[in-house]
Amino acid sequence: MADNTPLSAAQIEQALGQWLEVEFTFIHVDELAPLIAALPREDQDFLLGWVRRIATTNIQIAHQFVLRAITRIAHMDRRMIEAWALHAMDTYDRAGSRAAFKVINEIDNFAQLSHEHAAGALFDEIGGILLTFIRGLSGRHLKLEQGDAAYTDSETLFLPAVVARMQRAEDNFKLCKAMVVILWAQTRFGTFRTGLDVALNVYPDRDKALKQFHALETLRLEACISRELPGLYRDMQRLKAESGEKLPPSWEHYAAELSRPEAGVSDSLRLLVQAYPGMVPDAVCYQCELRPDAVAARAAARIEREKILLRVNLARELEKFPAEIHDDNPRFELKIEQENHSSLPNFELTLDDAPAIPPDNVTQLLTSIYLDLGEIPAEYLAPAGPGEYDPSLFDEKKLDPDTVWQGTYHEEGASLYPEWDFGRQHYRKNWCVLREKDVKPLDDGFALKTLEKYSSLVKQLHRTFEAMRDENRLLKREASGDEVDIDALVEALADSRDGSEMSDRLFMRMHRNQRNIAVMFMVDMSGSTKGWINDAERESLVLLCETLKLLGDRYAIYGFSGTTRKRCEIFRIKSFDESYGELVRQRIAGIAPQEYTRMGVAIRHLAALLNQVNARTKLLITLSDGKPDDYHDGYRGQYGIEDTRMALIEAKRSGIHPFCITIDTEGRDYLPHMYGAVNYTVVSDVRELPLKVSDIYRRLTR
Amino acid sequence: MQARALTPEEHFVESEPYYEATGDEIAIFEAAYKNKLPILLKGPTGCGKTRFMEYMAWRLKRPLITVSCHDDLTASDLVGRFLVKGGETVWVDGPLARSVRAGAICYLDEIVEARKDTMVVIHPLADDRRVLPMEKLGTLLQANDDFCLAISYNPGYQSVLKDLKQSTRQRFVALEFDYPSMDMERKIVARESGVDTDLAEKLVKFAHMTRNLKGSGLEEGASTRLLVHAAKLIVSDVAPVAACRSAIAQAITDDAEMLAAIQELSSSLF
Repeated sequence: MADNTPLSAAQIEQALGQWLEVEFTFIHVDELAPLIAALPREDQDFLLGWVRRIATTNIQIAHQFVLRAITRIAHMDRRMIEAWALHAMDTYDRAGSRAAFKVINEIDNFAQLSHEHAAGALFDEIGGILLTFIRGLSGRHLKLEQGDAAYTDSETLFLPAVVARMQRAEDNFKLCKAMVVILWAQTRFGTFRTGLDVALNVYPDRDKALKQFHALETLRLEACISRELPGLYRDMQRLKAESGEKLPPSWEHYAAELSRPEAGVSDSLRLLVQAYPGMVPDAVCYQCELRPDAVAARAAARIEREKILLRVNLARELEKFPAEIHDDNPRFELKIEQENHSSLPNFELTLDDAPAIPPDNVTQLLTSIYLDLGEIPAEYLAPAGPGEYDPSLFDEKKLDPDTVWQGTYHEEGASLYPEWDFGRQHYRKNWCVLREKDVKPLDDGFALKTLEKYSSLVKQLHRTFEAMRDENRLLKREASGDEVDIDALVEALADSRDGSEMSDRLFMRMHRNQRNIAVMFMVDMSGSTKGWINDAERESLVLLCETLKLLGDRYAIYGFSGTTRKRCEIFRIKSFDESYGELVRQRIAGIAPQEYTRMGVAIRHLAALLNQVNARTKLLITLSDGKPDDYHDGYRGQYGIEDTRMALIEAKRSGIHPFCITIDTEGRDYLPHMYGAVNYTVVSDVRELPLKVSDIYRRLTR
Repeated sequence: MQARALTPEEHFVESEPYYEATGDEIAIFEAAYKNKLPILLKGPTGCGKTRFMEYMAWRLKRPLITVSCHDDLTASDLVGRFLVKGGETVWVDGPLARSVRAGAICYLDEIVEARKDTMVVIHPLADDRRVLPMEKLGTLLQANDDFCLAISYNPGYQSVLKDLKQSTRQRFVALEFDYPSMDMERKIVARESGVDTDLAEKLVKFAHMTRNLKGSGLEEGASTRLLVHAAKLIVSDVAPVAACRSAIAQAITDDAEMLAAIQELSSSLF
């Protein structure tokens, strides 16, 4: 039973003193404690729970949090306080304590609470749905991210962490939906098509002009939405009414003018001349912000890039046609068909009058270019000549991981993974930066030497694994099948003559069993494996590959290591698509001890790779020599164990069976907690590892 | 209509099925049929392949025998097998053998799903030999002149295992199907269900939204068939948003977040 009596001020003071380490930090908790003691027990537990969790990240933030939260807990929704605390910690992770203090201090800004106990819409909760929603709408492929306000740069839509303008959660969600649709409409209905900067610069007060223009555009876009998405438009009208927003009477004729189906951004600019001197109407709740600078920066680069991409893609299309069909100067032509003003055009591409069906990526490009320019200029349709563009300009950049690491640290091209912070009881977002690298092959005949060394074992392994091979076999006495089982039939007939019951299992059936297993081997390449552990690992892998050849199971081998969260590395030894050959043998030989063991992120990455394989049984087998560990950022110890455990739980949830083979004799102390009681084996003698690994694999997949 | 038991050979399509031609597929099918060439229909699910087969069966006045292939379908399931009857084994023809004898149109739907050994019996039927080897009887069955083989295949499932081999695909006259153009789809939905054109247009718009999601978490967008289902529900007084949820969203995905997003799309439209 939970004890409902409130904690005393002394108890609270003691707890806070411990978490906030008052002895060293000199934070005064003696004034705080009585304030918390006055709260009901439920609020106390909630508040203290969060102080404890935040304190594991940063004590000062925890202190600032509790100072502000005490006064707000009575009239603020719990979910909102949680979101605020998490947002502060995320900010701390991303931008340091100064930015985090700002989040804590600006709680009133953070939520823009217009109502008591308002249930806000949190970006983390609704982002996924809204992104899919936006993708469903026509037009450019847009991204959705959390930002400091609601705006778009014409490629990404940004929403704030929390929207809590309305009282109820559903309405706040509807509001967010209306916001993303307004932003989508800006890209879709050409708000940025004209050089906005130039147009606004003629006004002495540019800010005011921008505001007026934004209000006019919102009127025009609302009308577009009323035609495209009438259901949403009704919701928008309701939200506007509930927020008590009304258009000033002097603006009504603008609204009428801009709601004509053929109205475009040029009409808004034209009306801006009239509207500019007047009062700026209040922004409607879903109006968002208009940031022409953000758009301009993006658009210039995009227009250039897409032109190149289109021309290069058209050149690729051209290769599909035999040379005799087109003359020396092939010309693509484009017919743009548009049903009405609001619909996106259909592109009909022809090459010298013969229809060419554009692939999806070309259609996407055409759409995006059309949205930017309102047309497809003729020079865009000239296929790029050979060597006309440097491929590095348009191909996705594949940077050499090593060059990226050098110089200042750089996140481009890497995968970002979250990490579980057990103190915070929450993930740290995009915490680990991971890169895949190749193991440098080493041609020293290691594989051959190993096979020689263990030649008798190899023979024995071959025998046992062959016995496991699952072959097609004929199943007899089945209730249904391709052929009559004559033996069974004769017996059954004899039975029926005899007066006993006749069996109905009279058929034979071919049984085709496929093992359908995919295995990911995750090999510890940390510095501690240096010496014979590394040798044993490499020998084990050689033997394992020899035997797996027999079974036909799909498998991959990756090594992992790294230093700090910003430099996690996965070493490719054999991917699922590669076959076991000389190169893989040399890579195994080339496995060399690296740095530390940050296991959680490696598991997350390899589990994701494993999940791309279509197999009935998926195994993730870790070869390790000790606990998770990393340099200098607290990964060692319980934090690392809990993160690894969480990564394994995530893997299990996605249908992967994890297993660990370790040579750490203390493994029994922590492995059951991470992998579960039966999902690990401790090999006490390193020299036995090569003998054991194949055997363990055999037992696991039997 | 009362339920009736028919043998496959008696399954003639009696009244004209509604079918909107999108190109020259009818003429090509007829020409192929006249020349005894087998036909391959390509296209996503629910875009009208089966309806087209029914329409052609009606037009050519041949019985239509459809086999929906699944991953346990073997050659014996198509050709036939011995069964035990009163102490003796009796041969029973499978649907393919029946079609070959009776001169029916045999339509093997989603052929790539079937076991690989089915190809052994399809290949000799699909070239100019037009024979069905009946291994267990030790006979070759020469096809009736009216017999026609048609198979369907959805290239959208990008799985290596579910690809049609060149040796198979190069025996067939291929007809490509896709979702009809917006105009025509609107017409089909209105005609099949009886909704007004305004609603039909919105449904088609909705389908295009879900098709935009293909690749962003959806395997396949809403098919024309699903639109017709939703439209029929709407005609029977189900609210449009609810009809879209039951007839379309739930049919194309189980993912809760995807469902919610699709629900938002439909509630924005109606």
